[in-house]
Amino acid sequence: MSESRKITLATSWLDGCSGCHMSFLDIDERLIELADKVEFVYSPLVDYKQMPESIDVGILEGAVSSEDDLDKALKFRKHCKFLISLGDCAVTGNVPAMRNFFPLDAVFDRAFKENVQLQPQRPTVNVPKLLVPVRPIHSVVKVDLFIPGCPPSANTIWQILSELVAGRMPNPAQFTRFGA
Amino acid sequence: MIVPATPPKVRVVTLKIDDKDLSAREDETILEVARQNRIAIPSLCFLEGLSIWGACRLCVVEMKGSSRLLSACSTRVTEGMEVQTNTERLRHYRRVILELLFAERNHVCSVCVSNGNCELQSLAQSCGLDHVRVPYRTSVYEVDPTHDLFRLDHNRCILCTRCVRVCDEIEGAHTWDVMGRGIGCRVVTDLKRPWGESASCTGCGKCVQVCPTGALVSQGTSAGEMRKDRRFLPYLSQMRGVR
Repeated sequence: MSESRKITLATSWLDGCSGCHMSFLDIDERLIELADKVEFVYSPLVDYKQMPESIDVGILEGAVSSEDDLDKALKFRKHCKFLISLGDCAVTGNVPAMRNFFPLDAVFDRAFKENVQLQPQRPTVNVPKLLVPVRPIHSVVKVDLFIPGCPPSANTIWQILSELVAGRMPNPAQFTRFGA
Repeated sequence: MIVPATPPKVRVVTLKIDDKDLSAREDETILEVARQNRIAIPSLCFLEGLSIWGACRLCVVEMKGSSRLLSACSTRVTEGMEVQTNTERLRHYRRVILELLFAERNHVCSVCVSNGNCELQSLAQSCGLDHVRVPYRTSVYEVDPTHDLFRLDHNRCILCTRCVRVCDEIEGAHTWDVMGRGIGCRVVTDLKRPWGESASCTGCGKCVQVCPTGALVSQGTSAGEMRKDRRFLPYLSQMRGVR
């Protein structure tokens, strides 16, 4: 029965470099301590394929750049009672949003034509449609907590999760800032 | 240095800042008095030793008996004044000011040369700005890399005019000016000629060191590498001469 009282946690990455998830893993042996109180129910770090109906805490990394990102953000908002934007891409758009300074065609050409020698072509099959502009997560769904940083340090993530697990509302500005 | 034969007579006034009873010279500003008494008021365009600009509005304070907010850097203390520096309303306005600054041009901290050494970045942290609620403007401003030693990136500029003032008032060169209005507003060298072709610039670099962000930086710096040399700042008032 003690299992059922664990806080359920889901994470996902949208348009980012997965560095925030790497930073999460960097909390090292404290992961074991965390696993006593938290159950990972859906995440790139674990193997569950289906998202449960109701999750206590959702963590999203990365900006909203494509229709797939948008779907993930909406899905997380629907299923998670408490949603966290983790890292500068999620919070500000950061590097993925720097394509907003160029027309989408120019971005495609740079990635799939100008620097390609063999059969330059745009991918069209099995790839989600890109959105313009790239946006931070809170501009598409309501976010409950913002953790800036590129990436937020392992200590930052640990401190903030510890506070949440203890039932307190953390203040990320104590530990991190934009670009940290 | 010219020392006046008789020190000018200045009166002392008493006032309250954040319910603390304080005394100050009547020619001092609210910001000066607050900082002498370790009351932190955030500011951005203000730099001790330079003339007062009063543009960023981050240092706004509330004064009893006035519904208008006052900028602490440009308001002299008066007898009996009662000032509040950190109310809910002020925190709200400061946050909005910072949000608009972040939204106006390109302030992506993670790839900025001044990452970790930026006053805008640390103010966002200290004022609790953890996300920007307005849409980012994402319009492109030019970069002027023509100077041998320094680089100007308008995308990072917040128009505090510290560069304009330090160049005019301390170096005496007056290379910098401000042109345009609204979102087209920018700092320019020699009436908008490339900085590298400037006849008036002495290459002293004071503008670079006083710039609060990554708008003015040394050539050859990459993300997070720009450290401003602020060692001369305590002497700005003396460099400017007796006021």
